[in-house]
Amino acid sequence: MKDSYQLPPVNRRSFLKQSGQLLIGFSLFPMVMCSPDNKDGDQTKVEEQPGRAGADDIDSWIRLREDGTVTVITGKQELGQGIRTALMQMAAEELDVRMDRVSIITADTRQTPDERYTAGSRSIESSGRAIRQAAAEARMRLLQLAEEKLGVAADQLVVRDGVVQAKGNSQQSISYWELLSGKKISDKISGNAPLKNPADYQLVGQPVPRQEIIQMATGGEVFVHDMRLPGMVHARVLRQPGYGATLQAIPEQRVSKMPGVLRVVRNGSFAAVIATKEYQAIQALEALKAEATWESGPALPPQEELFQAMQKVREGQAVEESDSIQDTLQTAALLHEATYTRPYHMHASMGPSCALALWEENRLTIWTHSQGVYPLRNSIADMLQLDKEQIDVIGVPGAGCYGHNGADDVAADAALLARSLSGHPVRVQWMREDEHSWEPYGSAMVLQLQAGLDKHGKIVGWDTQIWSDSHSTRPGGEAGHLLAAQYLEDPFEKPSGGYSGGNHRNANPLYDLPDVRIVSHPFTGPLRTSALRALGAYANIFALESFMDEMAVLAKQDPLTFRLKHLRDERGQAVLEAAAKGIGWDKRSKADLGLGIAFAQYKNEAAYFAVAAEVAYDRKAQELQLIRLVGAIDAGQTINPDGLKNQTEGGMIQSASWTLLEQVTYDNSRVTSRNWDTYPILRFRQVPEVEVLVLDRPELPPLGAGEAAQGPTAAAIANAIYRATGKRMRDLPITPDKILNNKS
Amino acid sequence: MSQQFRLNINGRQVSVTADKDTPLLYILRDDLQLNGPKYGCGIAQCGSCMVLVNGEARTSCVMPVSAVGNAKITTLEGIGTAEKPHPLQLAFQEEQAAQCGYCLNGMVVTAKALLDQQTSPGPDDIKEGMNRVLCRCGTHSRILKAVQRAAGTSNKG
Repeated sequence: MKDSYQLPPVNRRSFLKQSGQLLIGFSLFPMVMCSPDNKDGDQTKVEEQPGRAGADDIDSWIRLREDGTVTVITGKQELGQGIRTALMQMAAEELDVRMDRVSIITADTRQTPDERYTAGSRSIESSGRAIRQAAAEARMRLLQLAEEKLGVAADQLVVRDGVVQAKGNSQQSISYWELLSGKKISDKISGNAPLKNPADYQLVGQPVPRQEIIQMATGGEVFVHDMRLPGMVHARVLRQPGYGATLQAIPEQRVSKMPGVLRVVRNGSFAAVIATKEYQAIQALEALKAEATWESGPALPPQEELFQAMQKVREGQAVEESDSIQDTLQTAALLHEATYTRPYHMHASMGPSCALALWEENRLTIWTHSQGVYPLRNSIADMLQLDKEQIDVIGVPGAGCYGHNGADDVAADAALLARSLSGHPVRVQWMREDEHSWEPYGSAMVLQLQAGLDKHGKIVGWDTQIWSDSHSTRPGGEAGHLLAAQYLEDPFEKPSGGYSGGNHRNANPLYDLPDVRIVSHPFTGPLRTSALRALGAYANIFALESFMDEMAVLAKQDPLTFRLKHLRDERGQAVLEAAAKGIGWDKRSKADLGLGIAFAQYKNEAAYFAVAAEVAYDRKAQELQLIRLVGAIDAGQTINPDGLKNQTEGGMIQSASWTLLEQVTYDNSRVTSRNWDTYPILRFRQVPEVEVLVLDRPELPPLGAGEAAQGPTAAAIANAIYRATGKRMRDLPITPDKILNNKS
Repeated sequence: MSQQFRLNINGRQVSVTADKDTPLLYILRDDLQLNGPKYGCGIAQCGSCMVLVNGEARTSCVMPVSAVGNAKITTLEGIGTAEKPHPLQLAFQEEQAAQCGYCLNGMVVTAKALLDQQTSPGPDDIKEGMNRVLCRCGTHSRILKAVQRAAGTSNKG
């Protein structure tokens, strides 16, 4: 090549070579399988398919390769939360090998176990536990082999970076890989292998850096968006102008003659264009959009009446109810009631959702940043009436996820379009306004709280009424949850969201309260909803921890002291005290600082998190500034303290953005939050200083931490605003005009 | 109608054939197969698609290829590579300043322009300079630290 890039033909081998560089330390795309017959003669071997083996096989999770490396296999997906590194650390630790020997394969129906969704902050707790056990089991088997080979009792052997040695005699040694001599470990996980004593950990608990960040900072092929397969074409989907609109006509003739256009696809109200180049697809989409005619769907009810409409639902399910709650509330010395609201929020990933799909020789291959490759496979099989064994779904990192966003939908788009252009990988990326207006949102919620105090200022009874739409409409095998499927000529009906446990997540206070009632009222709202980071816990904790503050004021007690008095859980107390100390809570009374604090244990079973916020309010300028957030987290045994801090800092800042700025808006026909102007998020100028203190408990099991910060941060900010302004802000987002107009 | 354009990308003359309205972003990603600049919004609101145009950070999603002319375009790849990273890129690795990493192109490119113009920016200068680029994961504080670290490095160097 001289001085020009002039469109080199895409070459599978060069792609592999390039991505091969990334395979050091972390396996990016095990790409070879997209062409099982290796047409171009590339001999790069692909893994056999152990994922089909049972989850109780060591080999499903841990594999030692002949070249002296270790491959960790997880059904979970890297979503920016850093699980690759954390899971590799756990495996390397139990196996006693160096980190640079370890790579990882993530969510891929061809080769990883079915671990459903990467969600609920459960990757370390579930996949991590399995990998740790499998690694310990592998080590035990290898030591048994070494015992035979070296003639030294297993308890007289030590392992250094995969080399088994007789204690005190390094001459008598053999490596794991020599022991296996190319064979795989075929044993089952017995559950009897001893786990390492945390006191002996070398890697777990260390801030091992994520190696892929340098790739991100230099333009490496990191994201599904960056994949370029041979013969790849680009598609764009014409989305409805609003929910439920049906397509009447499109300028098919004209658009199909536009430069580069390969197909104009129409199936009922689903329409799309496929073109050679990406911008040609976008131009064709614009042309379709300009002339398409639609019949509008049902009108949306007025947004300003949303919360009243929600509270009209009388039907409800008591998820917690003590017999005496009614009496307790009626006889309390002081009874207080307040209602909190949260609007619809969106995931709003920086990169609109993207997927590639290839239909070839009666098989469909999909590359996706979905949170659940196996459930997606089942849903797509349902949509296309294929056998799921005809479909491979390969997880590739995407832009930040934060829950059920457009990832599955765009994969369905790509699958449909690949069927119409056999032999060509079809790449679909959503446009920004598609992502903003079609992704499933975190549901709006109304929380009505009531609590009674006794004459000593102790809470005697607590009642929470929750109104919320579903926080879980993932396509767990049903095509009806996939956007495209709802608009086909023979449409799949969208299953009703129904009752969802996410609605009352964290509604039940962890405090020791004698009488509690929690009632969840299911509401079917105007907008599409599903899982957004922390689900209902965000608003439930915002309400509960704001209300604790209100009760503290009524009891004339310091909010921190008031909480500690009601909390027997020592780990809860410890994070509260650490966050308070971190922000300088003792100065609160003197200086009239705008300090607030809040706390929760995520799901009442995962990580403990407390956070203190400092705000400043300029009355004249009506300007609110969030100055500082100090969080304290106890996630049990910390696998990677820097990864944990990174996730938690991110959670705090993201929650601050939801809390101070964000709400999805809509008019009577469509969502009107369609870009970053109409759905602003926090920018650098507004970002607070953040600090995270990690309370490591190496001797205890690790606890899921990725969503712990969302709820407490919202309440800590609201509590700090109350302290600074005297105004109790119960309606999110907390904007300066709402503070001004609040008469409390 | 397609035309031929000669562009100066990362210090090389390249020639592409495209419709004159095609935004530079798609030339870089689709024709030149560069991964750095990313599609984020297409309307210059998020900064995911930033490139240096004669040293200035600009959104390539709204810059038609016909408007590029002789300008020197530098993408993330032109700043440094994984093997030979620029100190600024290294600072992102050292501060572990990423979660999903999708916004990193905009962050590094914008910071590069900022540090080229201001040799020793303070924390507020950096916040101000980076304000045009959005991050959704909430990695802001680490990004600020990375830029500050790089500023320190270039001062020393």
